[in-house]
Amino acid sequence: MLGLTKKDFTLFVVVIVMVALAPFLLNPFPQGSSLAQMFNAGYPDLMQRFVIFGILVIGFNILFGLTGYLSFGHAAFLGVGSYSAVWMFKLLGMNVIPGILLSMVVAGIFALAIGYVSLRRSGIYFSILTLAFAQMSYNLAYSVLGNPSSNFNLTNGETGLQLLLTDPRILGQSTTPDGSLPVTNFFGIAMRDSYELRLGDWLFTFNAGYYLCGIIMLISFYISIRIFRSPFGMMLRAVKSNQQRMNYTGLNTKPYTLAAFVISGVYAGLAGGLLSSMDPLAGAERMHWTASGEIVIMAILGGVGTLIGPILGAGFNEYFKNILSKINDSVLHQWLGFLPDGIEDFLVTIIHPFVGKGWHLTLGLLFMIVIIFLPGGLVEGGKRLGGMITGRTRRSAKAEAKQRNHPAE
Amino acid sequence: MGILEVKNVNKRFGGLQALGDVNLSIAEHSVHAIIGPNGAGKSTLLNCLVGKLMPDTGSVLFDGQSVLGRKPYQINQMGISRVFQTPEIFGDLSVLENMMIPCFAKRDGSFGLNAMTNMLKDREIVERAEHMLEEMNMADKRHMHSASLSRGDKRRLEIGMCLSQEPRLLLLDEPTAGMARADTNNTIDLLKQIRDQRDITIVIIEHDMHVVFSLAERITVLAQGTPLVEDTPDKIKGHPKVREAYLGETQAA
Ligand SMILES: Nc1ncnc2c1ncn2[C@@H]1O[C@H](COP(=O)(O)OP(=O)(O)OP(=O)(O)O)[C@@H](O)[C@H]1O
Ligand SMILES: [Mg+2]
Repeated sequence: MLGLTKKDFTLFVVVIVMVALAPFLLNPFPQGSSLAQMFNAGYPDLMQRFVIFGILVIGFNILFGLTGYLSFGHAAFLGVGSYSAVWMFKLLGMNVIPGILLSMVVAGIFALAIGYVSLRRSGIYFSILTLAFAQMSYNLAYSVLGNPSSNFNLTNGETGLQLLLTDPRILGQSTTPDGSLPVTNFFGIAMRDSYELRLGDWLFTFNAGYYLCGIIMLISFYISIRIFRSPFGMMLRAVKSNQQRMNYTGLNTKPYTLAAFVISGVYAGLAGGLLSSMDPLAGAERMHWTASGEIVIMAILGGVGTLIGPILGAGFNEYFKNILSKINDSVLHQWLGFLPDGIEDFLVTIIHPFVGKGWHLTLGLLFMIVIIFLPGGLVEGGKRLGGMITGRTRRSAKAEAKQRNHPAE
Repeated sequence: MGILEVKNVNKRFGGLQALGDVNLSIAEHSVHAIIGPNGAGKSTLLNCLVGKLMPDTGSVLFDGQSVLGRKPYQINQMGISRVFQTPEIFGDLSVLENMMIPCFAKRDGSFGLNAMTNMLKDREIVERAEHMLEEMNMADKRHMHSASLSRGDKRRLEIGMCLSQEPRLLLLDEPTAGMARADTNNTIDLLKQIRDQRDITIVIIEHDMHVVFSLAERITVLAQGTPLVEDTPDKIKGHPKVREAYLGETQAA
């Protein structure tokens, strides 16, 4: 079906259902309850981030998961895509499609140039080269190309690139009739438009922007499945496995790695374009090396080289980042209120550095735990859990082996 | 003129003359062995043929065309395949995938951006790969992880991968090194079968005299980077210079 094997098709359908029903799945607690405040994640901006970062990591995984080349500068493409899209909204109009297309094209060109140079080396040297390029891009965006008083102000430096009432927007309007900034839209459907469904105490939000990003993520995911199963994908895995044998088998590894690099750069550019489409503001911090590091972390967290891993890794990272940064001392006191005062204060003091602004710390610990106990990431965790629940690890392993004997179906 | 013509090839590593004025002519459809003591320059010579090393002087012609200055993948596409001293296969891939890769390289060339089709639906390639695995007696192992194969099977797979490209010249660097007797004999049988059934020229570097004398039609003895003699196996066996330089050594060992 759709050119996918049965197994891949099932996976694809599961992801479609998850994306479609996310507003329900992510809002399990009734509106207004304290649990909802903390654990519900069915808000438009958060759901948008889930799928947009999903796209980013899916693309990253095509490079890192298949070829083993660890790029430490992928945030550069995310940032380039973000700026490109905002420029489209400034110059052309507020329809998101030109912005998204341009973000992919520009990121692709950047990836071609950076990849061409960086791929002359492999291993750690490749990673360092990509990191250096990304930091250069960051600095260019932050200062050199972003001086607000110069005539050539591409990025608007520290403040970030934003929409102005004086922008030309030749295909649209510079300002709305009531004198404010127009909003991003998809052929008239505003990205921030939402439909709210109230069921008893529960409130579910269906946001136009989220569904646009969701559909684009599904297309991206589908393409990545096709790449994984294609001869091209196999060649990328061969690059990771043994470049020497590849060369002596008449295959030129360079264009393979470069193509993978550009494809993953285009994915990152697309993600950047979507971020700007949801919120037309692009800042240099999106290109910072910590952002590149986060992409690597999300990929490893989910499970490198697996199909679903990138989506899980991105979701896990964004979800916990969101929860942890919301927890503050008063929330902690509320939770631990049942304890004697002395113990309560003591525990709050201990937990304090790990939450709120300290969310990095907890996420770092979670990352370490996953790497040490689940080297295959969340995907491996899911497999083990599934095995424990059904208690049929052996049988399913056998079935899997059987299935691999008839891979053509 | 032979299919491979090596003329006046010299290669220095710093002060060491690894190859000194090597002249070699390999006749098409023959099995030609290169023997010599450790450090004689055998692997260096092979590396000069496949683009891994660039000789300092001299020329290497394959089928009348120079191979010097070309990249390994280009030389392979000309029709030269190489088997390594330790088997070089794609350890992370299944046996079938290992075999499919050279089939793709043979049909589609050095690069193909075929990213949207399912590789297992490419009947032509899959059939070719499976056929080759059957020929190598490995069809039952086709879904195994190739890293988990035995050393002998890895070697068979590697040879099969090279053959699936239908090379005109097959270069083998000590294909039985580190193998048990049984595996060595299997490899000899396999190479004999290849020699007899295929339209191919084989150059083999080998330390094991049993392997050399059961396969080769001509033998070149290399010592200190220079060919000492070249002749038929029978003549080589009796050659005083060779006994002194090489065979005596192995018999004593
Ligand atoms: N890349 C290199 N750099 C420097 N010296 C080298 C290099 N490769 C080989 N040599 C030297 O050149 C000489 C010939 O080496 P080569 O590997 O060709 O010998 P060989 O005949 O294959 O030996 P063996 O039977 O041990 O495989 C040796 O003295 C070796 O140390
Ligand atoms: Mg050698």
